[in-house]
Amino acid sequence: MEISREGEALWVSDLDPFLAELLRQIPLCTNPDGVPGAEARLFIEPSREKEICAEWKSYVEPELRRLFRSATETVAADLAQLNGNEKSLRNRSLKIPFEHADAWLSALNQARLVIAEKYKFSDEELNDHDRSPIGSRRDLGLFQVNFYGFLQEFILREMEAH
Amino acid sequence: MSAVIAVRSDKGSTSTVEAPVKETETRGEEELDIPWQVVVHNDPVNLMTYVTMVFQRVFGYPREKAERHMLEVHHKGRSILWCGVRERAEFYVQQLHGHLLLATLEKVV
Repeated sequence: MEISREGEALWVSDLDPFLAELLRQIPLCTNPDGVPGAEARLFIEPSREKEICAEWKSYVEPELRRLFRSATETVAADLAQLNGNEKSLRNRSLKIPFEHADAWLSALNQARLVIAEKYKFSDEELNDHDRSPIGSRRDLGLFQVNFYGFLQEFILREMEAH
Repeated sequence: MSAVIAVRSDKGSTSTVEAPVKETETRGEEELDIPWQVVVHNDPVNLMTYVTMVFQRVFGYPREKAERHMLEVHHKGRSILWCGVRERAEFYVQQLHGHLLLATLEKVV
């Protein structure tokens, strides 16, 4: 896999089917349903004061939900480029318009937080960047968190250069 | 209670005027607007570079200051990013939550 910047877009090229599939799973992974703790991690209580938390839930949380959903939809639309013949083993390319960079950072972050919450990774595990994805669903989850983090790092670096 | 002040004119005569009364303000706790602080807590998932970028973007901090706060969060578990009126503190926390950072607002004690 290669990542590069060309004009106003980032290109993720030479994507093998495995990594392409991990990318396609980003929108699905942002969904906190059925993951205990994930909803609470995405929509954090802002204070110890109940009155503030109640107001927050009514007025701020719906806005945050819209923001996160909008980011995920943008990413899902970009990822449509990877759709096609499911059985094809050809490597693919993905173009991420630079104006979608914020949406990608948000969706990748949502996905990483939900996966980390799902498997309750420890700090040590999250710092283990060499673990093979082959083994268990948990190992694959850790690989996903690190892979999405790698992509975030690249987007951030390019945003800074931009 | 009003006070009386003697005023001497340039012709030598003296007259008196009532001094304005200074009313004592009695304000409730809400009106006084006790300062609130915006606190960001450690989170092993968010990337350090990402957290720095968010601090720069939300608070307009220069990179060095944003990095200092990020490292404080990382090493000490929390950092106070801003302090001031409640409304503004809520705005900042909302922005930080929009970037998925673990942020809370607390009354300054």
